[in-house]
Amino acid sequence: MDFDDTREEAEFRAEARAWLEAHTTLRQPDDAPEPGMGDEASQDLVARAKDWQGIKADSGWACITWPEEFGGRGASAIQNVIWNQEEGRYRTPPNIFTIGQGMLGPTIMAHGSPTQKERYLKKMLRGEEVWCQLFSEPSAGSDLAGLRTRAVRDGDDWIVNGQKIWTTGAHYSDYGMLLTRTDPGAPKHAGITYFIVDMSSPGIDIRPIRQINGATGFNEVFFSDVRIPDGNRVGAENDGWRGAITTLMNERAAIGGGGAGLGIKELIQLLRTTPYGDGVALDDDGIRQKLADFHARSTGLQYTGYRTLTALSRGQTPGPESSIGKLVGAPLRQEMAAFALEVLGAAGTITGGDLAMEHGAWQRMYLTMPGLRLAGGTDEILRNIIAERVLGLPAEVRVDKDKPFSEIPH
Amino acid sequence: MLRSDLGEPMNFDFSEDQKLLQKTARDFLESNAPLALCRSVLESNETYSSSLWKGAAEMGWLGAVVPEEYGGAGFGHLELSLLAYEVGRALAPIPMSSSVYLATEAILLAGDASQRERLLPPLADGSTIGTYAVAERRGPVTPGAIETRFENGRVSGAKVPVADAQAAQLAVIAANEAQGLSLVVAHLDHPSVTRISLPCIDGSRDQGRIEFSGTPAERIGAPGAGAELLAQIQHRAAVLVAFEQLGGAERAFELTREFCMQRYAFGRPIASFQALKHRMADMYCALELARSNAYYGAWALHHDAPELAEAACVARISATEAMHLATTEMIQLYGGVGYTWEYDCHLFYRRSQWLGLLLGSLPQWRERLVQALEAS
Ligand SMILES: Cc1cc2nc3c(=O)[nH]c(=O)nc-3n(C[C@H](O)[C@H](O)[C@H](O)COP(=O)(O)OP(=O)(O)OC[C@H]3O[C@@H](n4cnc5c(N)ncnc54)[C@H](O)[C@@H]3O)c2cc1C
Repeated sequence: MDFDDTREEAEFRAEARAWLEAHTTLRQPDDAPEPGMGDEASQDLVARAKDWQGIKADSGWACITWPEEFGGRGASAIQNVIWNQEEGRYRTPPNIFTIGQGMLGPTIMAHGSPTQKERYLKKMLRGEEVWCQLFSEPSAGSDLAGLRTRAVRDGDDWIVNGQKIWTTGAHYSDYGMLLTRTDPGAPKHAGITYFIVDMSSPGIDIRPIRQINGATGFNEVFFSDVRIPDGNRVGAENDGWRGAITTLMNERAAIGGGGAGLGIKELIQLLRTTPYGDGVALDDDGIRQKLADFHARSTGLQYTGYRTLTALSRGQTPGPESSIGKLVGAPLRQEMAAFALEVLGAAGTITGGDLAMEHGAWQRMYLTMPGLRLAGGTDEILRNIIAERVLGLPAEVRVDKDKPFSEIPH
Repeated sequence: MLRSDLGEPMNFDFSEDQKLLQKTARDFLESNAPLALCRSVLESNETYSSSLWKGAAEMGWLGAVVPEEYGGAGFGHLELSLLAYEVGRALAPIPMSSSVYLATEAILLAGDASQRERLLPPLADGSTIGTYAVAERRGPVTPGAIETRFENGRVSGAKVPVADAQAAQLAVIAANEAQGLSLVVAHLDHPSVTRISLPCIDGSRDQGRIEFSGTPAERIGAPGAGAELLAQIQHRAAVLVAFEQLGGAERAFELTREFCMQRYAFGRPIASFQALKHRMADMYCALELARSNAYYGAWALHHDAPELAEAACVARISATEAMHLATTEMIQLYGGVGYTWEYDCHLFYRRSQWLGLLLGSLPQWRERLVQALEAS
């Protein structure tokens, strides 16, 4: 048991670091925070992210786990972790390509046609084209296979009508991965077809939705007689659920506990500097107990991550047990933010100006974490995954599984 | 805090050799320490299982970290952590914590060459059981509240509660002298020692009271170094006890899962009810966080790292929480049978409190953790 890289890992880290050193500069403690998940992506940010992605691609540092034929370098999962750690230490724009590169790209690799791979993957890797995930619908979230957006065959095209919702980044995306209902007479999982859709197609109407944190990260996307050529079908007709599973499995790997942001260190800083009774908040017994509880849960998660890294380093693939990261991490960070506000008292309501700690980042975290608890699987869905796929407990009773989709009440 | 310049650890697991040792321990305990053994000590007047203690000695566990020159196996703390884990899984009714994690560790840490040479071999071969006699009253142990005195090579005072007070032949004692609090060692077979067993929440383990009246004793460590030594010993023991707690929590959880899979209600296994699935998912999460923190504790203990205090605290806190959760839920998920003397749930429920209070309770460890964070 040790904390060191293997020799190959250390060499790889040094190589990554040398390249980053030559192309950007180290992040500094007083740098303004970059927007995170669920924050707004401005035009300027999209442009900066695309520029940086191009620079990485030119040197072979984009999508490093992808096979060489698609522009990657066939790097291992552990090398990817090392790369992300190193890149995170430098001044780089936030990655707006994760949904495409982390979830949709691998789906195209697994189920796409040779023409699709050739046409889309390189540009996805270079960040020239941004992608979004058109899965959820107003009446199909956790129960994704209940989706109702219709696609009907018309010669060499498909005509799509319906509505998607919560589509992160649709407003700056060039392409989307779309799940549609193509056979309402079949059971719900058996009548779905998966498409690539050009977001500039006539008949697509994108309406931003404002989130509780004030940002507009996601959208409603309406489809009215949108034509999609059959060549954009991913996988066989009515076999789209198979591709959806590939996407969702990659999503689990892509969304963690929320990564960077405020943590125990910043919380201690807040407790040390907030006047409380005759001293500061950190003197209070009740507060100290709570701080210890947060810290023990945080380290528990951090070292669970180390155990995953160890497994990756040995060439194993993490399975459903990695759901623990978001299931524990997101509520923990929500609780920590709420606690920080509580300690600040009435001043906890102030989100800017001198009274606000960390430029109001605690309040932003408080307003952002509820979304992280929903996105990519709610707490309940993650508990079901752990119960069924890790612990082997019986699956939920599904009353609608074998019925024709058209007969399912909704 | 961590060796972060080189990045994050890539080998955060035990080695194959270590896992083999663990497997041997599990096999041994499966044959020699079924839960019926724990129950038999609980139901008898015995304070521990002497046959299992002998077996553990023959397996080399008691001197696992004692150097070979003193009759030990010369393993490290990573190996001992895994042994503790297995002892915890088996709810083994033996004085591992008192003798191995506390008394032996104290002498290894503070004893001089001659003391190590005299005191360690009988501890390592199990012929002497050690204990740790520090507390004198209710509530947290604070060095300032210790009234036991050490003067002219003799110790006087009453210690309570003392785990394994009846079984032990040797005690590491906290006592005051002119220079302040010190640690001393005394043999308990002296006529000046009186001891009694006290009724205990976990009857498969023992608590008692020991009174010393001018008992011959020798100091370990520097005079006045007691408070600092106590803290170090507690941190070391906390990591090892955390592995016992982790093992106990894991076994309770496994049994609960199996029970829920075969118990039917409303025409289906109760394990198919979402309310119970989610409670088990939460037990699993608590167990995994505790496992990860315990690994970190083992790493820090093995390397005697500057992070040991913090690592011991987080290991202790989450292992205590995980075992409390697993054993409390165990009874509820079993239903009525879980509340019977006949079923084994209460063995786990009792042991969880015994281990959870042995080195001080959760609020005390949370406070210690914050002190460690403030210092770092
Ligand atoms: C910030 C954010 C970004 C998102 N980005 C995208 C995106 O880019 N693309 C996309 O397609 N989607 C996206 N989503 C949608 C997200 O996947 C869904 O919101 C999520 O799956 C929940 O679905 P729902 O909103 O329909 O809620 P519902 O599924 O209706 O859930 C409502 C409640 O019912 C509970 N529930 C549902 N089923 C069960 C069950 N079987 N057992 C127990 N409880 C259950 C849920 O846990 C929840 O508490 C995003 C969501 C958020 C918040």
